[in-house]
Amino acid sequence: MEGIYAFCVGMLTACGIFLTLRGRTFSVVLGLTMLSYAVNLFLFASGRLAINSAVILGESEIYADPLPQALVLTAIVIGFAMTAFVVILAMRARADLGNDHVDGKDPDEVAASMTLNKKGEIN
Amino acid sequence: MQHWTILPILLPLLVASAMLLPPLSSRIQWLRIASISTLVILTILSALQVATVITEGTQLYILGGWSPPFGIVLVADKVSALLVLLTSFLALCCMIYACADHDKGGEFFHPLFLFQIMGINGAFLTGDLFNLFVFFEVLLIASYALLVHSGGKNKTQAAVHYVVINLLGSSLFLFGLGILYGTLGTLNIADMAVKISQLPESETILAKIGALLLLIVFGLKSAMLPLQFWLSRTYSSASAPVAALFAIMTKVGIYSIFRVFTVIFGDDAGELANFSADWLWPLAILTISIGSLGVLASPTLKLLTSNLVVVSAGTLLVAAALHSELAIAGALYYIVHSTLVTAGLFLLADVIAKQRGQAEDRLVNSRALSQPKLIGFGFAILALTIIGMPPFSGFIGKVMVLNSAESMATRLWIWPVILMSSLITLVAFSRATSKLFWKSPNTKNTTLEKAHPYEVTAIVLLILGAPLLVLFGGPMTEYVIQAAADLHNMDVSVYPLLPEES
Repeated sequence: MEGIYAFCVGMLTACGIFLTLRGRTFSVVLGLTMLSYAVNLFLFASGRLAINSAVILGESEIYADPLPQALVLTAIVIGFAMTAFVVILAMRARADLGNDHVDGKDPDEVAASMTLNKKGEIN
Repeated sequence: MQHWTILPILLPLLVASAMLLPPLSSRIQWLRIASISTLVILTILSALQVATVITEGTQLYILGGWSPPFGIVLVADKVSALLVLLTSFLALCCMIYACADHDKGGEFFHPLFLFQIMGINGAFLTGDLFNLFVFFEVLLIASYALLVHSGGKNKTQAAVHYVVINLLGSSLFLFGLGILYGTLGTLNIADMAVKISQLPESETILAKIGALLLLIVFGLKSAMLPLQFWLSRTYSSASAPVAALFAIMTKVGIYSIFRVFTVIFGDDAGELANFSADWLWPLAILTISIGSLGVLASPTLKLLTSNLVVVSAGTLLVAAALHSELAIAGALYYIVHSTLVTAGLFLLADVIAKQRGQAEDRLVNSRALSQPKLIGFGFAILALTIIGMPPFSGFIGKVMVLNSAESMATRLWIWPVILMSSLITLVAFSRATSKLFWKSPNTKNTTLEKAHPYEVTAIVLLILGAPLLVLFGGPMTEYVIQAAADLHNMDVSVYPLLPEES
């Protein structure tokens, strides 16, 4: 179980980091969401993984740590709000800047205007 | 008054919530009165709290009556009380400035502003690491919205970078917290400080990784070298009162570094004692260097001020790397001084930009200012203070930081860097002053756009900090030295915050 769990967290983190490093806001938002999933799973595991255990003392032989569950819940709520905000901001940036690149400039257009400049033409 | 400790968090929260509802929500005058009176009360309350902390020692507020290692606690010690007072005063000045019609550029300025104050105060007061994360998010989400206040292409684009990098930071923060909770089994700062020395050897490396992740996050907030690229753009594109308020935000990161890496990973942390210093040394020095280069290369006054924020963050990180009582004391003094001065410069840059028409705050020859004497006088004081010239507070702040480097080796590293950065700041300001004030053609400014009285009041209040911090330099240095000593002393900063048996 630990192996699969660790693999999932690692995979989500790797995908998240890869996507956040992309140039367009949509994939960056997706990457941030993946990272927050990974974080939530990771936080949950920080109380150790246990099967068939209640979070209440005396209900079962082994008991789970309730605190990480509370932490995850808080992290989910905050992550959700932040994702909603970043989605709206990305749409606003798309409208304001005319493209969906993180730097606000389309790299192809920038490259095209640079070559024009070298020829001495007005871009 | 046992509930005073939580008031700097509750008061802005309640007033901001009330502001979202009628009858306040649609009347700008009422909103202004409500904000300013809240912030005046907050400043008075936090001043009283500083007085309480001096006479009665650290105040512990146990939320919901859950005893410390399990429940959330608020801790007002000398460090946090001072910083809450600084935040409240700064916020008051920024709000007075914003009331000169800067708050009309977008909706919800007043409630967002107060939510941000709540987040900053909460981050200073909390005694629980996860709670620190929550307050970080509160202050961040308010700052995201404030940053795009009054709109514009520049702001949206700066906001995309700022939001994305801070969301990454939040994820890293949670990873770090998860690792630390997994190894130490607690997130109460005082309890962690006790548990860290009892950590089995096999787990120290894990705790170290968690702590380093936290260092990255705090470094991101405080603009430590490889993570400072977001700052200059964000701060220079934000509207003036927001940028001035953001001057305290990097200090939240610095404060967290002081709190976590002196109390938890400080002298008594066993194997992990002061391990962060090795990382902070080179980064702090490089931060000062790159900030100074930025100061020299800045084409506008706002960018110049943003880069000064980076330089001051670097200076504070040097103090964190020294991790001695004297260094932290110097840093606390420097935090108060640099926050007020950089905020003042951000506000003044906005006034200058408005009076110069199309040239705005760009450092080019342009028409004369309509109030050259008033603005020039304020600018001169602020510039002398941030450069670190006597007789203003920057001088004392820098002397305290320089003086705290006790061994020859550390002096050789710190002194040249900080002194060179002062020189570079001096050069940059000489250039800025001559461009802004002297090299203007003799044509009179015909628009006669005068600074609003609110704007003048706000800037004067911020400037007053510079001479006052010198006039009351004696009590102030005594206080910060005491505060730093408390932070280093486990008998004051840790054990009183936990129940007897541990």
